[in-house]
Amino acid sequence: MNMYTKIVDNGVNVPALLAARESLTEAPEAARFRWRATCNWMNGTHCHSLVEQFYGLGKEQSHKRCFSFDADHPEIFAAEDAGATPVEYVLVGLASCLTAGVASVAQHRNIQLNTVRATVEGDMDIQGILGIDRDVRNGYQRIKVTFEIDADASREDIEAVVAQSQKRSAVYDIVTNPTQVDVEVRV
Amino acid sequence: MKTRQLQTPPRRVSAVIIGAGQAGLATSHCLSERSIDHVVLERGEVANSWRRERWDSLRLLTPNWQSRLPGHTYEGDDPDGFMTMPEVIDFIGGYAARFEVPLHTHTRVTEVHAAADGYRVMTDRGPWQCRCLVIASGAFNTPVVPELAAALPGDIHSLTPQQYRNPGQLADGGVLVVGAAATGLQIADEIRRSGRQVILAAGEHVRMPRTYRGRDIMHWMHATGMLDERYDQVDDIRRVRKLPSPQLIGTPQKATLDLNVLTDRGVQLVGRVAGLSSGRLQFSGSLGNVAKLADLKLDRLLSAIDLWIEAADLGAQPELPERPEPTRISASPRLELDLRSGEIRTVVWATGFRPDYTWLNVPVLDRKGLIRHEGGVADAPGLYLMGLPFMRRRKSSFLFGVEDDARAISEHLAAYVGADREARRRVYA
Repeated sequence: MNMYTKIVDNGVNVPALLAARESLTEAPEAARFRWRATCNWMNGTHCHSLVEQFYGLGKEQSHKRCFSFDADHPEIFAAEDAGATPVEYVLVGLASCLTAGVASVAQHRNIQLNTVRATVEGDMDIQGILGIDRDVRNGYQRIKVTFEIDADASREDIEAVVAQSQKRSAVYDIVTNPTQVDVEVRV
Repeated sequence: MKTRQLQTPPRRVSAVIIGAGQAGLATSHCLSERSIDHVVLERGEVANSWRRERWDSLRLLTPNWQSRLPGHTYEGDDPDGFMTMPEVIDFIGGYAARFEVPLHTHTRVTEVHAAADGYRVMTDRGPWQCRCLVIASGAFNTPVVPELAAALPGDIHSLTPQQYRNPGQLADGGVLVVGAAATGLQIADEIRRSGRQVILAAGEHVRMPRTYRGRDIMHWMHATGMLDERYDQVDDIRRVRKLPSPQLIGTPQKATLDLNVLTDRGVQLVGRVAGLSSGRLQFSGSLGNVAKLADLKLDRLLSAIDLWIEAADLGAQPELPERPEPTRISASPRLELDLRSGEIRTVVWATGFRPDYTWLNVPVLDRKGLIRHEGGVADAPGLYLMGLPFMRRRKSSFLFGVEDDARAISEHLAAYVGADREARRRVYA
């Protein structure tokens, strides 16, 4: 093991994460999680989503409280703009996942972070969703993430933290690779 | 019922070694030095995988001066060259011929189970009973191919590196090579040179220049002690053992082969194969990051070599440090390939290999089907492994790397069978 004299605190409990990794290697069934959200239609394109329960470590789990999210579209889409657009939630998910990964990896590598800011931009040609041009996809053509990081480390070490964060990120994987999506209707 | 086999009484021996490649033969040599009676069982001929499961142009990735086995070294006049497959077969065959190896070729092991005080080894030429078993049957027995390969359209030819020999055997048309370890890069390069359109799908990979500061990269990895690094000295041995082989090629020109070289030759780079939907292959959007990871890791490797050179007192100064150009990735690597468009006719799955333990009826496999072991000492008394990646040291899977492992495993085995008195005293003291 490496011996460090510097005390680094990014607020990430790395020993707990490493212990979890060790125990879940021995008990892979406990590693199977199921995340959930429920979404209620309000009016127009305004939807209200709730996140509270999830399944993991072999049983039902619950967040400390129920989180809620409003999604809508801007007024230029002739909507009420009661919340961020769903595609912006995807950007929020990607940025949050990568940034949390940066904090965790940096802690593990004994790098003190001072500030981290991720700016995410997704380019989308809405001719796709409007059905104007069938050669244009509905989703993002590309997504660009820009990290501005102030940390007590060299440029190479910071770049390595960001690269490792992408390698271990769930949302990065979800966005860069296809996922089977099953939609069922109950009336 | 194979009643004939059941009725044949087993021949008895202290140790059975399965496999007559470099790992099995080196172990045999070390057991002979300790006067431990044993046999080497080989399904085909000596160096069988090298003979039958490699493509025509392949050369060793390590230079000739590193071609050595216990009691056997390279004696040719090109220490910095790289052996062709016939030369490797000669080298290993010469080793088997030079010592009196108790060798049984064309003897396929069909089943192994625990039996009183050891193991029963069933073969297509009768059973053996042994106290100790050394599994040296290789780490690259079975190509690992993603499940979606089975769902490719029927007119696309699928090939594994074990089946690939040369570009001439391929159907006319473009080729997708999946995998960016040494195998994938070498095959992609060769097929591209034959004049075909080639797409290379690259996931995580290990980039490495052939030469650095005027010497072969293997020289520096040897000199710095990196190749001797032990399995219990690395942070995460499970991860390290799964690393793809470095992007190296052995050529008379000592050429470097990396993704930039392939790009310059007209190979199209795409991300890891991620899915197959309605006849379209989907590639991951992570190509930029896997290339960045490999570039950063390469930089750390070269910096470690620079530091070592700085600290070492080398008579003649090596060439000045330089860094290879970062991997060039197009701004928009393609994410899809329509397999019905005729753009490619063949897919080569250079997606790795796994050992075959289907014949092993001893409960030592982990949930991934690999044998649980500690530096080659398996999780069952008297059961040993040889020749696996990073088994005891980083060099374990290289030709020259089996020597130290064979000595260590033989010492442990000798102590176990009690044939080595000194070792026995140490164990029971």
